[in-house]
Order: sequence, then structure tokens, then C-alpha cells
Amino acid sequence: MISLELIELPGWKILEKIKNQEIKVEDYIAKLIERIKKVEEKVHAYVTLIDNALEIARNIDKKIERNEKIGKLCGLGLAVKDNICVKGIKTTCSSRMLENFIAPYDATVIKRIKDEDAIIIGKTNMDEFAMGSSTEFSYFGPTYNPWNLEMVPGGSSGGSAAAVASSEATLALGSDTGGSIRCPASFCSVVGLKPTYGLVSRFGLIAYANSLEQIGPITKDVRDCALLLSSIAGYDPMDSTSIKKDYEDYTKYLIDDVKGLKIGVPIELFGEGVQEIVKKTVWNSVLELEKLGASYEEISLKYLQYALPAYYIVAMSEASSNLARFDGVRYGYNAFNESYDWSIAFSKSRTQGFGFEVKKRILLGTYALSAGYFNQYYLKAQKIRTLIRKDFQEAFKRFDVLIAPTMPILPFKIGEKIKDPLQLYMCDMDTVPANLAGIPAISIPCGFHNGLPIGMQIMSNSFREDLIFRVAFTFEQNVFIRSFNP
Amino acid sequence: MINGLIDLEKLKKISIEELKHIASLAKLEISKDEEEIFLEHLDQILSYFRKIDEVNTEGIPPTYHVIDIVNVFRKDEVNPSSPDELIKNAPQTKGRYIKTARIA
Repeated sequence: MISLELIELPGWKILEKIKNQEIKVEDYIAKLIERIKKVEEKVHAYVTLIDNALEIARNIDKKIERNEKIGKLCGLGLAVKDNICVKGIKTTCSSRMLENFIAPYDATVIKRIKDEDAIIIGKTNMDEFAMGSSTEFSYFGPTYNPWNLEMVPGGSSGGSAAAVASSEATLALGSDTGGSIRCPASFCSVVGLKPTYGLVSRFGLIAYANSLEQIGPITKDVRDCALLLSSIAGYDPMDSTSIKKDYEDYTKYLIDDVKGLKIGVPIELFGEGVQEIVKKTVWNSVLELEKLGASYEEISLKYLQYALPAYYIVAMSEASSNLARFDGVRYGYNAFNESYDWSIAFSKSRTQGFGFEVKKRILLGTYALSAGYFNQYYLKAQKIRTLIRKDFQEAFKRFDVLIAPTMPILPFKIGEKIKDPLQLYMCDMDTVPANLAGIPAISIPCGFHNGLPIGMQIMSNSFREDLIFRVAFTFEQNVFIRSFNP
Repeated sequence: MINGLIDLEKLKKISIEELKHIASLAKLEISKDEEEIFLEHLDQILSYFRKIDEVNTEGIPPTYHVIDIVNVFRKDEVNPSSPDELIKNAPQTKGRYIKTARIA
């Protein structure tokens, strides 16, 4: 076995070393920064690097020396997707519109991870306003997949996943509207969880589609994922869709045992458009779980075939409304000219500030919500959403978890799908159902083909992250654990 | 043509006038050279969206939100805030005021 460098270890192992005072936080963070200097030119995971990370590390070291109380993420280096506000730091959404926007406050998740003594290393690249599945739609240029620099890292949280995979950060936060955490986690062979809708506060997350999105962890393994979720989950009065729920330590659900658990395999998520090698690898993973004592059955959730168009209609409609706030007046790009009246000034600012994909989605959302088309598109899509939720509710009466591929295909070449308007959307076919239904879903590494990662998706009923962690942890302990790095 | 039938609804294309109308509603400008590519993309995506027509949704209520919370209130209390910080992000300011284009 190849011995890993310190920064290549999962966070919980680094934590042990910090707590045993085997290593100093400062030295570890310095090594992370060294790694960034070495590989960032090739990977381009970050949009902004934080310059006081070492100073914060030294302060945590002092706290340790003085035996003061230290948070659960004691000194771990964390990367934050650039649509989550960190006070005093640029938050750009990888858009020209917010190129110079400095967040005036911390998002709730940022407050929480700071309270737990995590150290923010930088803000990561993403598809502009989280609209994309490849991180190619960034105003600052694409992120490259650390496993193969010709390939996309997935998106839209591509920078966060690439940073964790290349050990430019130990932990990361992403956001998931239709798969934006799970997709890059799958393509970069890391762990990514979209929590139940309402479990993690969205206060301070720049909105794309409010009724679908959640902030969640991107990590090197399942234990780190549970650790980071425990730090960010919980009720927040600043987010009116946040659920009142007691604190949970998710690491207690890391149980290496799936005996008696029932797995459903939805055939629609293995259908047309899913590559054979992906099907085979995920199926083998299900069979391995069966060997470990779980049982499985194929099921049909017939409305899932409509999830993708319904998702895009809802997401674009919400986007057209959310992005109406960008007028270049209070913040953002401003195409100023004395001769413009307000209407021209707004239009020019928006036209020059937004990229092609963002404009396209605003136009489609505006169309779907406009008089004469509202019933045909938006309302109908929301009704289909009800049918998809019912499909899942029925399934979870019989099964503990559902397993499917995360991505229907292997990571593809940069530029390969960007021109075709539908091909890129089709990549989200297996991830969007969880967002429409609000249920939690994780992507964990389950294999490689020709040096490219394959991810497996595990879904459970709302607030049953415990079952997801149990299955994912058992799989990681017994079947597949990535012991090598890019 | 599949099965000798032409689905008129699926062939319906968005017109330049319609594109310009929605762009004006969304406060976006579409330049002459962009018209064609926007029309092409919008047409393809909208015709894909119409796949949902296959589903009978009569009597099905819509799901606008997955959690059943209605009207969440909190106390109307003043919390510390920093107006100066907020104003810093405005591209055009005059003193402590934000400057905007004239309302013609």
C-alpha cells in the first residue's frame, strides 16, 4: 500500500493527529497551501484564496496549547463553494455580475463551521450561479478533473470536489439544486451528500432555485461526511424553510452492518442513456451489499422518467425570479452611463453581467411563467413533482434505501457537451429526482474504468440520513475504498 | 415523422417576436448575432419540456414546496447590522446614498 501524505488523509485522521499533538495545525495548513501552489495551476479549483488561513491556524494551535475548548473540526482546512457568503471575502458565484461583491455577513453554515474551528482555505469555482453540470460555465474559466486533466470535474460544485480530490482542501462545502454536489463528487471520486430539504440552513447561500437546493458536505470519506454534516445541520430562524430538529451527531450512524436492510433498485435510473460500464459497476455494488446481508429488489417508479423536464422547468422558473434582483444598483455589475434611463441601465447591466447559460435559463423560466404558458409548463411540472414524491413515498414503505448510479456516464472531455443544449442536461437524469422530492442522497466512489471514477448514489426517505450513512459506511469498509490519489 | 403522425404542438417554434418579448420582460438584451442561437436552444429545450404532456395530471395538486410549513414568523426585533458594509457593494454611491439611473 502506498503511504499517503498527511494532507491526503481524511479529516478525521488528521484530527486525531492534531488532538494527540503529533502535528501542529499551522504545519498542516502550510502543507495544504504548498499543495495548492503546486497543483492549482493545473486544476483551477479556486476562485479566491484566503490569506489569513495560517494566522487562524496559529491561533488554534495556541488554544490547544492552553487546553482551551476546541471545536469538532479543530483546524481542518475547508473549501467553500463561491455561492456561499463568507464575511469580508469575495463571493462571486463565478459570475461577472458578482466579480467584486464582498459578502457583508457570514452564511449560517459558515458561522457554524467557524464555531467548530474549521479553517476556510478558499472559495471554489463553480458553474455561473450554479447553473451547469461540468463547471465549464464559469466566468473565470473551467476547473479540470484531477484524475484526468482533459476531463470535466462535474458541476456545479466542481471546484469543491476537485479541491478535495487533489488534497487542496480536506473538507468542502457545495450546494445541490439538481445534483450539483453529487455529480462532481462522482466525477472526482469523493463523497458528496445532498441533505434532506430543510435540514441545513440556506441563509447566506445565493439562491438559484430555492425549493430544490441544499448546502452539503464534499469529503474524502463517509466518516468525514457525517462529521461535517453534524457541524452544519440544524434549525436556523434566518431560513424560514429550516426544520426544527434536535442536534444529531451523525457519526453515531457509521455502523458497519447492513444485515436485514432492504435496498430498492429503481430501473428507470438504469435506463436509456446510462453507459453499460456504469450500470455494471453499480449493479455489482448492490450485489456486494447483498453478500453483506442486505436484500434487494428491482422496482419501477414510473414517474421518474418525467423528473428531468419537470426539474428543469421548476429550476429555471425559480431562477428567473431569483435572479431578477441583479440590477446593478445595490451590488453587482453596473453598465453605467449618464444617458441611460432605469430600464436601459438594468438591461445593459444584466446583459453584460450574466453569461449565456444563465441568460438562457432566465429566458426559459420567464417563458414558462408567462401568461398563457404558466399552466402548460410550471403548474404541470409542479403536479408531476407531486406524483414523483408519491412514487418515492410508496417505495420507502418497502425499502430502507434506493440505489442507482449518480451519473449515467463517465466524466467527459472539456468542451465535448457544451454546445448541445440538451446533452448536458441529460447528465442530471439520476440526480434531480431527489431534489424534486426533497429526500437526502449521497454519492460515494464505487469504482474506476480506464482511470475515470464511477459513483454510486444512495437515497433514503426524508431525515433518514442515518440509513444512508450506514449503507455508505458499510460499503466503504468492506467493498470499495479508494486508497490512491490523483 | 414517427408513425406517420405530425405532432403540431412539438413542432411549434418560438418566434423572434416572442423571444424579444420575454427578453424585455426579463430585462435582457439579445443582439442580432445571438438571436439565432438563443432561438435554436430555446426551441430544442421547450420541445423536450413538452414530454410532460404525456402525463395525465388531472386532479393532482401541485407541490410548490416539499415541507409543509406555512407562514413562519419571528419577532420583529432590531438586530445589529452594518449599513456601511452593505453600501460598500453599491457600484454608484454619493455619500451614504446609492445612486441609480433616472426614472424617465
